[in-house]
Amino acid sequence: MNLTTDKSTFAGLTAQEIQQIEAIIDHYEDNNAVAVEALNIVQKQRHWISDQCLCAVAELLQISRTHLESVATFDNLIYRQPVGNTVIHYCNSVTCWMLGSDRVCEHLCQRLNVQPGEVSADGEFTILPIVCLGACHHAPVALVGDDLKLALTEDSIDEILGVKHRG
Amino acid sequence: MSQNIRPDRDFTTLKDYRRTGGYQGIRKALTELRPKQVQQLVKDAGLRGRGGAGFSTGLKWSLVPMEDDSAADIRQTRYFLANADEMEPGAFKDRLLLEQDPHQLIEGIIIGAYAIQANIAYIFMRGEYRLAAKRVAHALQEARDHSYLGEHILDTDFNLEIYLHTSAGRYICGEETALLNALQGRRSIPRAKPPFAVVSGLWGRPTVANNVETLCNVPHILHYGVDWYHSLGLGADQGTKLFGVSGRVKHPGLWELPMGTPIREIIEEHAGGMQDGYRLRGFLPGGASTDFLLPEHLDVLMDYDAVAKAGSRMGTGTIIVLDDQTCPVQMVLNLEEFFAQESCGWCTPCRDGLPWTVTLLKDIVAGRGRMEDLYTLAGLTRMLGPGHTFCALAPGAMEPLQSALKFFREDFERYIIGNSATREPA
Amino acid sequence: MARIEIDGELHTVQDGNNLLSTCLSLGLDLPYFCWHPALGSAGACRQCAILQYRDADDQQGHLVMACMTPVQDGMRIALTAQQARQFRRDNIELLMTNHPHYCPVCEEGGECHLQDMTLLTGHTMRRFRGQKRTHDNQYLGPFINHEMNRCIACYRCVRFYNDYAGSDDLQVFGIHNNVYFGRFEDGALQSEFSGNLVEVCPTGVFTDKTFSAHYARKWDLQTAPSVCVHCSLGCNVAPGERYGELRRIVNRYHGEVNGYLLCDRGRFGYDFVNSPKRIRKLHIAGQASCSVTMATDKFHTMLQAADGVIGIASPRASLEANFALRALVGEDNFFLGLDDSEHTLLNAIHEVMRDGGIHSPSLQEIEQADAILILGEDVTHSAPRMALSLRQAARNAAFALASKLHIQPWQDAAVRELRKQAPTPVFIASICSTRLDDIATNTWHGGPEDLARLGFAIAHNLNDAAPLPAALNEDQQALAANIARALRQAQRPLIVSGTSCSSLAVIQAAYNIARALPESAPQLAFTLPECNSLGMAIMGGKPLQQAFAAMNQGLADSVVILENDIYRRASTQQVDAFLETARHVVVIDSLQNNTTEKAALLLATATFAESEGTLVNNEGRAQRYFPVYPVTDPVRASWQWLLSVMTDSPWAHHDDLTSACAGAFPELATIVAAAPGADYTVEGCKIPRQPQRYSGRTAMHANIAVSEPGQPSDQETPFTFSMEGTTAKVPPAVLPVIWAPGWDSNQAINKFQEETGGSLRAGDPGIRLFEASGTQSWFNDIPPAFQAQPGVWKVIMLPHIFGSEELSLQSPAIAERCPAVCALLHPLDAETLAISDCDTVAIRDPSGTLIMNMPIRIEKTLPPGLLGLATGRPELQPLQSGMLVCLHKSDPLATDVSEERS
Repeated sequence: MNLTTDKSTFAGLTAQEIQQIEAIIDHYEDNNAVAVEALNIVQKQRHWISDQCLCAVAELLQISRTHLESVATFDNLIYRQPVGNTVIHYCNSVTCWMLGSDRVCEHLCQRLNVQPGEVSADGEFTILPIVCLGACHHAPVALVGDDLKLALTEDSIDEILGVKHRG
Repeated sequence: MSQNIRPDRDFTTLKDYRRTGGYQGIRKALTELRPKQVQQLVKDAGLRGRGGAGFSTGLKWSLVPMEDDSAADIRQTRYFLANADEMEPGAFKDRLLLEQDPHQLIEGIIIGAYAIQANIAYIFMRGEYRLAAKRVAHALQEARDHSYLGEHILDTDFNLEIYLHTSAGRYICGEETALLNALQGRRSIPRAKPPFAVVSGLWGRPTVANNVETLCNVPHILHYGVDWYHSLGLGADQGTKLFGVSGRVKHPGLWELPMGTPIREIIEEHAGGMQDGYRLRGFLPGGASTDFLLPEHLDVLMDYDAVAKAGSRMGTGTIIVLDDQTCPVQMVLNLEEFFAQESCGWCTPCRDGLPWTVTLLKDIVAGRGRMEDLYTLAGLTRMLGPGHTFCALAPGAMEPLQSALKFFREDFERYIIGNSATREPA
Repeated sequence: MARIEIDGELHTVQDGNNLLSTCLSLGLDLPYFCWHPALGSAGACRQCAILQYRDADDQQGHLVMACMTPVQDGMRIALTAQQARQFRRDNIELLMTNHPHYCPVCEEGGECHLQDMTLLTGHTMRRFRGQKRTHDNQYLGPFINHEMNRCIACYRCVRFYNDYAGSDDLQVFGIHNNVYFGRFEDGALQSEFSGNLVEVCPTGVFTDKTFSAHYARKWDLQTAPSVCVHCSLGCNVAPGERYGELRRIVNRYHGEVNGYLLCDRGRFGYDFVNSPKRIRKLHIAGQASCSVTMATDKFHTMLQAADGVIGIASPRASLEANFALRALVGEDNFFLGLDDSEHTLLNAIHEVMRDGGIHSPSLQEIEQADAILILGEDVTHSAPRMALSLRQAARNAAFALASKLHIQPWQDAAVRELRKQAPTPVFIASICSTRLDDIATNTWHGGPEDLARLGFAIAHNLNDAAPLPAALNEDQQALAANIARALRQAQRPLIVSGTSCSSLAVIQAAYNIARALPESAPQLAFTLPECNSLGMAIMGGKPLQQAFAAMNQGLADSVVILENDIYRRASTQQVDAFLETARHVVVIDSLQNNTTEKAALLLATATFAESEGTLVNNEGRAQRYFPVYPVTDPVRASWQWLLSVMTDSPWAHHDDLTSACAGAFPELATIVAAAPGADYTVEGCKIPRQPQRYSGRTAMHANIAVSEPGQPSDQETPFTFSMEGTTAKVPPAVLPVIWAPGWDSNQAINKFQEETGGSLRAGDPGIRLFEASGTQSWFNDIPPAFQAQPGVWKVIMLPHIFGSEELSLQSPAIAERCPAVCALLHPLDAETLAISDCDTVAIRDPSGTLIMNMPIRIEKTLPPGLLGLATGRPELQPLQSGMLVCLHKSDPLATDVSEERS
């Protein structure tokens, strides 16, 4: 007789998410390889991966949820805690640091009244540090949502926050 | 390599790419050469890996056990990988190639995959490169639509599908074998070598992984030939290379230059020299995990051997400049924080040694340092040296530290003695 | 062989191994954490650094990790070079940056590998001034404590748990120096082998929770070599006692049987010894108290007065105790005390093993198999440790491919990467899904008849002379051909079968398959119900039903029941009638049960932990166990009770019984050599059960008497209940504790092995009683296919690791992991009955009499027409394999037996 394990359903996933995940399954020899892309897909809409989502993805792919959690907690772009609708990843690697990433962070925190990792009161933003974004010749930089923002100044940061707020 | 990257357009479409000779390389490879001949050609060209290690690309391809015609080989599946996980602090070359000229990379992959007879290739791209992912996905679709991918490419027997895999991030994913684990959906821990990926890679099958820039060289080698490629290099190494400079120079940027271009030319001419009011104190020649060099090394040529001889590594070829008003101790602290955070946690010296390094540097910067801490730090640079750890991350992390301890020792000591003369980074 | 130079000395060593394993095999001290002989190399901890020189002239050398470096002929290495020693010391210093400094209050202290290795490297000074990282711990179930702050991130736990044992609910989370080894959420570890984490973990992250409840230091435990009594495999164990209480079980390495690992039933089942149900007093019906003399007199009188005494033997008692009973009652009155079906099966298996000409493999040999057919067993539940061996065997094709690719077999991750490309053929034909299905290349489910028919068909495919079942469907034929092909192509094919299906045909079919593979030296392994099942089959005796008949017919009027709850062996009515008819009922047992309640004379007996004896495991290996601590009055060992009433017996001591038993049965002739006898001494001294650091001896009984009592004497074994004497150089069968200078943890075992992971020096304990000889004719009795009849279900009892075995069920931790009683039913049957999961059915006999109500679990792999129930659960006593029952959806208010239990 088998020991039963707790199973939550993958009913929590949307049909679109399931379809997108299933579309890439045959790109790989096994479903474990689909896992990270699947989490990316789910995170796109939901901004973060709840326990329930993680279990749903594991069940959909018929892989171990424990293994999936092991991978999810290793990677830094899978958010296992709620984040704002837009994550501002400010680069704190060496060139950006030299050219003022600490001030970028400070200014962002002050404007949004949050600490890195927290969600702003309006639910719009989360500030997180990130490693080098490959735009060192325009330092300091940040990835705001999907957009790379270059040569940040206090003014350009205010503009970004303002546009995002309006949008 | 950078011919199609122009300020007057967003990026190179398939049409643009073909207009400048694009997809001629695969025509030559697939219709005129056998896989082994392609391997030999790239080997003869002297192309070396642009990811930092500098291993001969053609030689790597030739190490893949190829199917013996006479025997039914159970290991027919092979994989080809493009490593687009650029994350070395200070490196910003692959992003440009990916965003601006994705077809060049695709052509390089097709040629590489043909050379090892792989029918599936993956582009492993870091998750933060959102624009690059969009452009590459678009280019892959264009290539598919024009039958550069799929079955019977150019009416030959060769089939290839390229999938874009976006990672959820970590510096260590760029390590070749860690990348294999990451792509397989595991924790991105490096693998023991041997076996090398060419023998047992993705899912235990023969696999070649090449850096984006490396692969972008390949179409041109096929198209224009070995002799042409040899004519490009100035020093001991062949071809051209993307060199970049970041930090307080007048014109930080990225340029395709002959291999072996003098560092002075890159910093002083292409980057325009230091910004007004700043003097050059030193530089990391090839990204965060290379040893500092000093102004006295400006005449060193940027090729693998010359930089090594000067006591550092060419690495990614992207120079980070240390000016006279940035504290080298704090700069090293920033670097070590990065490495400690990106350690995968597998082996002891890296997992526990890097955080200790950070603790010591923080103590020093905060005025809590002791003279013996410098001895401990020096010990750690030896402890975490090459061959002592599971992969090259920690040894790379020790390179800027060990050279900083050597070149900027007085800066460390000044903190400990208690009067910091350097100011906070402006 | 290769010649290598280590620290200037030449050694001849095995080719192909890694240097760490090689150095340890040579007896050298080299510290390590992530490497484990059963798990191979990982290269993670970097602790086994040594210096390797390029050639004879190289004075500098370079550091390499010994575990990741293969032996090469002519190589020069140094362990003691300053640079290597410095690195190893510095590496420990790094591990210690986060490890707590509270060894004196840590449970692992005194048997901590990390402690050993720290001392070995000489790291003593702390330079790190930072904060230590801390973690929250998880609840991991009744077996294992979790204390993550002690973790040194060697990754052994997850490599064992996931890669080796095949479970997936323990993992590593996080990254860099913030890695956490635990579960997705709090909850009991699901692996049946989780207890090994206690020994696999080099420090105190995972510790034995049952031990914590009555903790003592390793050096304060009294220990003797023992053999697990909770299944038929005979894993070697080292029980530890303090203050007259059995405190824990740890693994006792055996190169051929259990290696480094035990199952959780074997490790945590011991607490029955301390159970409140333990019989600690003698009892004469109708009398308030009973002394030893009164009991012996009473026993004697009863025997004198009896008109024929029936002796009922026990498959969970030693050969010696059973032999004494047989001598007491005579061969004609000696009954094995097994249910009818089991009696028949064991006899058949015994004959096949004795005369069938097929090799019966050890677990070590099972691990070498390159094609496997499991016929009718869910091995994880019927012989748990064997499942772990089968899981390793499933890697053999990957090892073969690795060898072709020049990948070293100890490069663990690299070999595992090849697993999918090179699957080892593993076929599992079973009643329903099993815990090994994930390693199977094919699984197939059927009732016992159909499993047997598949087996017969495979045998016929291999050899035309073997009978062919009639009317096989195409799928079965194709599968049989497929399995036959894989077995034929294998070099070391293995068939596993056993008694779980209660089907003689399954056992016979398994034999036919093995017999049909004459070229490839096939191996045939049987799983049996109890720790001495095979010993009893060898000794032979009459079936229990004949005892009932004899009593009924007045051929006897008294009965002596040895360590056997016969209510587990026959229907209540039958046993009631039998015991009520008997004029005298003498029961010798250690735990209260239904049978002991009926005893007119109840004799309290010692458990395995307080007595000695010989058991024969499923492989046919006779092994001796020894008392760990003396029994307290008035408890005696069973054999002593029996000898006490045999006035004219020539035997006074246990060794006399062993010899007499060997003399009486040719097949048992060699059992005397299973271990040295009581006259064995080392330098004139007996072997101490207490380590030399045993503390408190002079005062530990001061609450009873302030003067030190004399140490109890032991006339029966080579051991003494004392710390005087030496354990150095004693043969493995009588080695009480694994301990070597500088090596306080169980990992000291490398000092006792021929080579790491190999045989114990002077030979692994035990004597194999059979070697393949003779041949039996083909079994021809092929059953017809099972036909489900509408409205009637056939009961099939399925073993479960937690709950099916009588003694371990009395251990609270095991009881906690024991699943709630329920019945398994195929979805179609559930549909017919209009029931869904967790609904209750009324189980009735065909005449309509209600037997019991029972919740249902729908199991899609169970064949229709079968009702699956757990073996050995007291609640299910009225139901037996093969019974036909009717089912009806019952009133939701009907009593739920699982509630009754609690």
